[in-house]
Amino acid sequence: MDQSTREETEKIELVIGKLLRVGVIISATVILIGMAMFIISGHSGYAGASHPTTPSAILSGVVALKPYAIMMLGLFLLILTPVLRVVVSIYAFFKEKDFLYTAITTVVLVILVIAMFIGYAG
Amino acid sequence: MDKLVQQLLILAFTGLAAGILGALLGLGGGIIITPVLTLLMGLPIQYAIGASVIAVIATSSGATIAYLKDDMLNLRVAMFLEIATTVGAILGAVVTGLVNSSVLYFLFGALLLFSVYNMIRKMMSKGEKLVSVNDDSYAQKLRLNGSYYDKATKQHVDYSVTNVPGGFAMMFGAGLASGLLGIGSGAFKVLAMDTIMKMPLKPSTATSNLMMGVTAAASATVYFFNGAIQPQIAAPLAMGILVGATIGSRIMQYLPTKVLRWIFIPVIGYMGLQMLLKGIGVNI
Repeated sequence: MDQSTREETEKIELVIGKLLRVGVIISATVILIGMAMFIISGHSGYAGASHPTTPSAILSGVVALKPYAIMMLGLFLLILTPVLRVVVSIYAFFKEKDFLYTAITTVVLVILVIAMFIGYAG
Repeated sequence: MDKLVQQLLILAFTGLAAGILGALLGLGGGIIITPVLTLLMGLPIQYAIGASVIAVIATSSGATIAYLKDDMLNLRVAMFLEIATTVGAILGAVVTGLVNSSVLYFLFGALLLFSVYNMIRKMMSKGEKLVSVNDDSYAQKLRLNGSYYDKATKQHVDYSVTNVPGGFAMMFGAGLASGLLGIGSGAFKVLAMDTIMKMPLKPSTATSNLMMGVTAAASATVYFFNGAIQPQIAAPLAMGILVGATIGSRIMQYLPTKVLRWIFIPVIGYMGLQMLLKGIGVNI
């Protein structure tokens, strides 16, 4: 690897590292708040062993400060952190004028979104 | 102690152990989590799978934070190979049911055991081979060659990768396996980079960690929306893993590669044996 490529890569990875760290800390904080509320109050905010799974149910549960809804929101944010990484990588490669890898990483994102769509549609 | 708090603590500590081992070896940690959840805590298998997917993502995100700072990861290799893995995973998920899964378990298990045999033979003959410098045209065109600082030997290591088509094909197989069998295929990812592409073990492990998270994010939405991800199980597990993965990825940098390989070989051997036996109808 030549010097310019190496410096370029280091710059890209530093930017991505910082953003990903913020994403992980946010999701972990939300999960922790939900868990703390669950332990202190002793109940989940939902009947029996059920928990919210649809986006609207989770959001209205978060507004009502239900522990399980907050935990699910944190877990969903955690699921999004690898996607965030791909998105930020595209931007970083583009900024460094590495168009080959801008294209390659965009293809990865498109495949990922298709896969998530297939997943959501069942 | 309160039963609720007790269960949360068990899960958090399970996550801690799984996170350390997963980040150390570039695996998802399912090898620790699934038996604890199903055998020890008596959870139904679909909740164990849902928790396992969250575990893979937590390991990946927890580990890659540390790796990025230390330049252990090869982002170009990760993104290039991710194309093969994700396409393989989608294809696997679509055609699942058309193929006999016990045959697949048998084949993939045999492949893992064969890799273990190869690794042991390689270690016995000449030990850990250092950087192989060669001019692979694909690796040069795709700028896949990289470097890292090994804190165990205090050396800056420049490496080049080889057999890019072979590694790409293996990654496709790894994706196919995870789609078809619902497994995290970290073991196959490390093997594709380390054994086929001749990338050093530490960057292979770090890069596998990143890739696993991206692949798992695709299937995680399925489990999230169909209710297989239980908050009271997944949340404490994820917290333990995030901490464990950060620790594991730091330990990995200081461990000699040889020690890392001696941990890797029995774990892969166990996984291979488990899959092989599952293929012939024995569950362990």
